[in-house]
Amino acid sequence: MTKTLDKTITVAVAGNPNSGKTTIFNNLTGSRQRVGNYPGVTVEWKEGTVRRGDLSLKLYDLPGTYSLTAYSEEELVARDFLIKQQPDVVVNVLDASSLERNLYLTTELMEIGLPLILVLNMTDVARDRGLTIDAGLLARRLGVPVVPAVGNRNQGMDDIIAAVAEVAFRQVSLPGPADQCRDAGPGLASLTQVATGGNFHRVDYGNAVEARLETVSQLLPDARHRRWQSIKLLEGDEALLESIPDPGVRARITAESGAFAKEVAEDSDTVLARLRYDFIGRLCHGVLRIPDRSERTLSDRIDRWAMHPLWGVPIFLTLMYGVFTLTFGLGNPIMNLIDHGFVRLAALISGFWTEGTASPLRSLLVEGIIGGVGGVIVFLPNIVLLFMAIAVLEGTGYMARAAFVMDRFMSKVGLHGKSFIPLLIGFGCTVPAIMATRTLETRRDRLITMMVLPLMSCGARLPIYALMIPAFFAPRWQGPILWIIYVTGIVLALAGARFLRATLFRGETTPFLMELPPYRIPTAGSLLVQMWTRAWLYAKKAGTVILGASIILWFLTFYPKPPADYKVPEGFDRAAIGSETRFGDLTDPAAIQSAELSYSIAGRVGRILETVIEPIGFDWRIGTALVGAMAAKEVFVAQMGIVFAVGEADETSEDLRTRLRDRYSQLVGFCIMLFALISTPCVATFAITRQEAGSVKWALAQSVGLTLLAWIVTFTVYQGGLLLGLGSVMGGP
Amino acid sequence: MKADKADMAREGPESEGMTMPLSMVHEGAKAVLRAVTGGHEMRGRLAAMGLLPGIELEVIRNSGHGPFVVGVKGSRVVIGRGMASRIEVE
Repeated sequence: MTKTLDKTITVAVAGNPNSGKTTIFNNLTGSRQRVGNYPGVTVEWKEGTVRRGDLSLKLYDLPGTYSLTAYSEEELVARDFLIKQQPDVVVNVLDASSLERNLYLTTELMEIGLPLILVLNMTDVARDRGLTIDAGLLARRLGVPVVPAVGNRNQGMDDIIAAVAEVAFRQVSLPGPADQCRDAGPGLASLTQVATGGNFHRVDYGNAVEARLETVSQLLPDARHRRWQSIKLLEGDEALLESIPDPGVRARITAESGAFAKEVAEDSDTVLARLRYDFIGRLCHGVLRIPDRSERTLSDRIDRWAMHPLWGVPIFLTLMYGVFTLTFGLGNPIMNLIDHGFVRLAALISGFWTEGTASPLRSLLVEGIIGGVGGVIVFLPNIVLLFMAIAVLEGTGYMARAAFVMDRFMSKVGLHGKSFIPLLIGFGCTVPAIMATRTLETRRDRLITMMVLPLMSCGARLPIYALMIPAFFAPRWQGPILWIIYVTGIVLALAGARFLRATLFRGETTPFLMELPPYRIPTAGSLLVQMWTRAWLYAKKAGTVILGASIILWFLTFYPKPPADYKVPEGFDRAAIGSETRFGDLTDPAAIQSAELSYSIAGRVGRILETVIEPIGFDWRIGTALVGAMAAKEVFVAQMGIVFAVGEADETSEDLRTRLRDRYSQLVGFCIMLFALISTPCVATFAITRQEAGSVKWALAQSVGLTLLAWIVTFTVYQGGLLLGLGSVMGGP
Repeated sequence: MKADKADMAREGPESEGMTMPLSMVHEGAKAVLRAVTGGHEMRGRLAAMGLLPGIELEVIRNSGHGPFVVGVKGSRVVIGRGMASRIEVE
């Protein structure tokens, strides 16, 4: 390496799911990563940098795929990246213990024609299974570097970098990929075929197919990746076909592909797939030796229990209980500590102002900014622990078993087995639960799960129930009522998923097809990197939105300030503020706060909402509190405290309970809980849905849809309850 | 392809070229995939995972209900029951 490259080498890392691609990517880049989503899609996107001396590499982790068809979003993202970004080198990570299957993607990568490197990962697993692989022979046959590696033990990483550098340097001295000379013209292409008949530099589909490819190739306007395009078009790739502007050319290509299918009396893509496997079979002859006896591996033995028809579910539930306890049991004390810290900080800042002075700046700092930032940071311990647990479940390979075990139940509502985990996490907090939908493979499954997730009653809604249930229900009914609320959420979530499946996400059901990776022990480093990048993503992306929204909601509940002659509105709780009706005459701080809220934008919105929420039994007070609760569900309790002028209230406030009992019937009390459960999720959920779904459209659909659903359900319950004569206010003072 | 079929019939004397849906194959039995009834997408996904006509597979698990597991080309693949009933084997 005497010459230095004056530019950064761009490297795309491709491979099957479970090939250990992520581990290798994490090993190579360490924490120098950025995680995001491809714009407009739910596919996770990662890039990282590697520096070794003069060498500077930029790595892009492509989504894990088995092929490069147009059937899934992941595959489209992967191939679009290769075609449009033209990385200098493609690193193809293969699971050596399942070499033939993994080489299928390799054949497609070869067809794209970018400089390629193969990484034979998990060579230790392959050796344990008695497989022997002649990496040197494979490299000679394919004409590309083949690097053996064990990602889990951090072995072979330097070799990968050296191979990337070598291939990149070769590019510099010999400009243009070798593929281009083959694509130079039809005459030359057929000559090359004869010359290379015996080697494996490209998949030879045989004379009949090659002739067809030639015909299609000549029709193509774009000279790049001509062979790959021809093959895909012959397979009947719709996405690629549509990208051709000339309708005449499209028609001729369709005719060609149709004629081919007729000729072979089979589907063209099946034929080409078989020919690729035939090629792989020839390629592996002499390279791969498989022991005759197929023996049960350790993974199979573990699976006898983990996937047992009877024991599988209890084992899964126990592990989930562990995840839950870890996330919220260990996380909540830290969360409280952070919360406490923010309260202290707020008190400290408040101290700069003299007692009783109303300063907008103080209010913005304390209630708006510290409240907002605190609201983001308090979730961090939960997020970090949860993603640690998920990284462990994924890294060990158990996640696939969990999906297997739960699929029997989840498929009944049209969801994937893996959806169960985010739904369960939703009981703790919707925000990490929505991030956990990343474990789902298809966009459809992800979106459906995200849309119904807020119906799993999160921890922040518990204070609302804790306030309302004892206020309206006798002790022996309290347990069953809480149970009814939670079960209502679950039933609605499952019904909602089913409904979405039948309407918005109709079409051929994604078949349940999933690889069961062998169990393995993940590296601590890879787990930490995975956890850290996701936690950071949350803090940064969602954080900015949540902070912004908190400041807006702070403004809505504090402004405008009422003038001294502001008449406290009709229906305002006179009992709480005495006979005074002019705002300027109020002396009680709780009454002032209450009047201020009623004058603020939130209060006005609450009153405007009254016409809409009256049919479900709510008045403007509840409306105002619901507006405030958009910042975070538990804020509802504090807002109710302000509206009813009882000052600082929490979920154990007897004073507030008495006032609620005085004003509302048991039926309304129940309806409040029902509405809080179903209606629009908090801004944090909105922000994270927007981010994870890749567009604000889905976040809006979620909020509007759920609020409509909440209204319909609450309306039915309230009006039904009235008909049954349950609407009377029973509580006395 | 014809020669292939003859080979398979010789290899599996108990099946004698008889086809049946994969969902009816017992645990531990080996079978050769013959055809897949389904759309392009399903066939494409199966093919990319190594499941295409002519391939020998082993049923690792079939508990009678729920999805089941087959071994193909050294890897384990979970297939939904609905899907398995649309895969013809021999």
